[in-house]
Amino acid sequence: MATTPRSGGASGTGTAQRPNGTSQNKSCQFKLVLLGESAVGKSSLVLRFVKGQFHEYQESTIGAAFLTQTICIEDTVVKFEIWDTAGQERYHSLAPMYYRGAQAAIVVYDIQNQDSFQRAKTWVKELHKQASPNIVIALAGNKADLSNIRVVEFDEAKQYAEENGLLFMETSAKTGMNVNDIFLAIAKKLPKNDGANNQGTSIRPTGTETNRPTNNCCK
Amino acid sequence: MNEEYDAIVLGTGLKECILSGMLSVSGKKVLHIDRNKYYGGESASITPLEELFQRYGLEPPGERFGRGRDWNVDLIPKFLMANGQLVKLLIHTGVTRYLEFKSIEGSYVYKGGKIAKVPVDQKEALASDLMGMFEKRRFRNFLIYVQDFREDDPKTWKDFDPTKANMQGLYDKFGLDKNTQDFTGHALALFRDDEYLNEPAVNTIRRIKLYSDSLARYGKSPYLYPMYGLGELPQGFARLSAIYGGTYMLDKPIDEIVLGEGGKVVGVRSGEEVAKCKQVYCDPSYVPEKVRKRGKVIRCICILDHPVASTKDGLSTQIIIPQKQVGRKSDIYVSLVSSTHQVAAKGWFVGMVSTTVETENPEVEIKPGLDLLEPIAQKFVTISDYLEPIDDGSESQIFISESYDATTHFETTCLDVLNIFKRGTGETFDFSKIKHELGDEEQ
Repeated sequence: MATTPRSGGASGTGTAQRPNGTSQNKSCQFKLVLLGESAVGKSSLVLRFVKGQFHEYQESTIGAAFLTQTICIEDTVVKFEIWDTAGQERYHSLAPMYYRGAQAAIVVYDIQNQDSFQRAKTWVKELHKQASPNIVIALAGNKADLSNIRVVEFDEAKQYAEENGLLFMETSAKTGMNVNDIFLAIAKKLPKNDGANNQGTSIRPTGTETNRPTNNCCK
Repeated sequence: MNEEYDAIVLGTGLKECILSGMLSVSGKKVLHIDRNKYYGGESASITPLEELFQRYGLEPPGERFGRGRDWNVDLIPKFLMANGQLVKLLIHTGVTRYLEFKSIEGSYVYKGGKIAKVPVDQKEALASDLMGMFEKRRFRNFLIYVQDFREDDPKTWKDFDPTKANMQGLYDKFGLDKNTQDFTGHALALFRDDEYLNEPAVNTIRRIKLYSDSLARYGKSPYLYPMYGLGELPQGFARLSAIYGGTYMLDKPIDEIVLGEGGKVVGVRSGEEVAKCKQVYCDPSYVPEKVRKRGKVIRCICILDHPVASTKDGLSTQIIIPQKQVGRKSDIYVSLVSSTHQVAAKGWFVGMVSTTVETENPEVEIKPGLDLLEPIAQKFVTISDYLEPIDDGSESQIFISESYDATTHFETTCLDVLNIFKRGTGETFDFSKIKHELGDEEQ
């Protein structure tokens, strides 16, 4: 069973597929990774986007570490394969596989926490070092529902984003503010080439795969 | 750190990462530490290429081999059996969603100074010169017997009890000659030496069935290989552990495993910090006083700018040199992967030769394998002790994995992991504890 391979480091594009011969709609799949300090709300952002849920005291990312969500934009169906860190960022122990092939990233900070904004800048640098050069990066100032006690000024973050070519939005996973919008903005910015990016057949083993008839040697 | 854990895992080799994942899924509070700043330990894939040169004390290669970051060079050469235990573990734990594989394009066996393709279907088998026409007929009868064999159905055994009689007896029953026996035992059942001949035939039958079932999965060969190298496997299982609450600390030195009364482990010290725990799981390098040597393995990493001759320009290849062909006790294994697997820069290939050491001159021992890979642009040779624990952990609660052996696959790796898990927890791993994630969709 062949699956769409992840893009290699040389290309930032996803793979275009045509669901059927007559439809003019394209469909693209992209790997999107979340980055940011612990407890800035990365998982909450994903849960809000994919499930419309918010949990005040979410401690674990078991339910949110690997989710997919499909959105429609113009004539293209965009499917995000969303990776959360599962906490491995806490002691600087993210694996190279996390960044590999990611076409998009959301770097999250907490608008109440200046340190998390400084750390977000470090994550942006890390992305430029580890990830594909063409990766689309969005900066998300989360917990915007608490703007009355903000510490990180909107304008400061916006300026940093503009200087570094990033998308920028303040979001609230709690209220849903700008959550869909930030994913939509990323989807709009991602290139949607028709050209196949296939490197040949890749395999993702599954337990339900039907075995082909046995071809024993000399049978 | 400075906390209390159910288990502390030391080293992020594949075995340790699988164990960490299984322990976390089972509800244990796990701390997983590695002294290195990368995942994989002895089973890592080294990137960028400059790191590999540095590891072997060599000057950086400059631009000769392309972009350093395009390289992910495995330290141990193994492939996954497509229907083997590691693939089943990957599927059942959901770790496959983080990985992609390619089927190895061809499997070959060395005979009479050259390589011959291991047939994958009847057409190839009839055309093959591995055996003569009459031998092919006998071999076909043998394979039909193996295919029809069911361990739980003695009617399928047909006057031969493989749980008692040895494999030599089964070969004799079908009249197979020495060459065919060698081919069967080493290229299909993947035994490294000939001790299997005197063991119950059922062991060999199981192995031939595994080969056949793996071959049936994707058709070109029975082996799978992960994009970006074998180092992706420990990373995938580490992610599983983290998802279930495991804490990861790379680049953390381990200064001491702290023992309490009766030699039972109570914690792990790194500098001034101590993490308390009930159990430790680790690779041999963290407890040198608790392991012993049982032989050595030689592995040679080779950088090439060409595929192996006579493989129809295969971008990935497995070659088995049965021990009798070169007058040894153990087989020599040769493998090749390439830029198509994202483990080398474009136009480059990574070959590997490995075997169990038998003499004082292991590099001479692997010459038949190296000859198949010539010309070689760069070589990196490692001779490693095979270490096994002298402490089963029952009193110390320190559970130690064995080194990676010279086999061409991960079946023994999985057996070691499952054994350790059972000794440590008293249970067989329960796959049903793995929850399907919200919104999880089949790819």
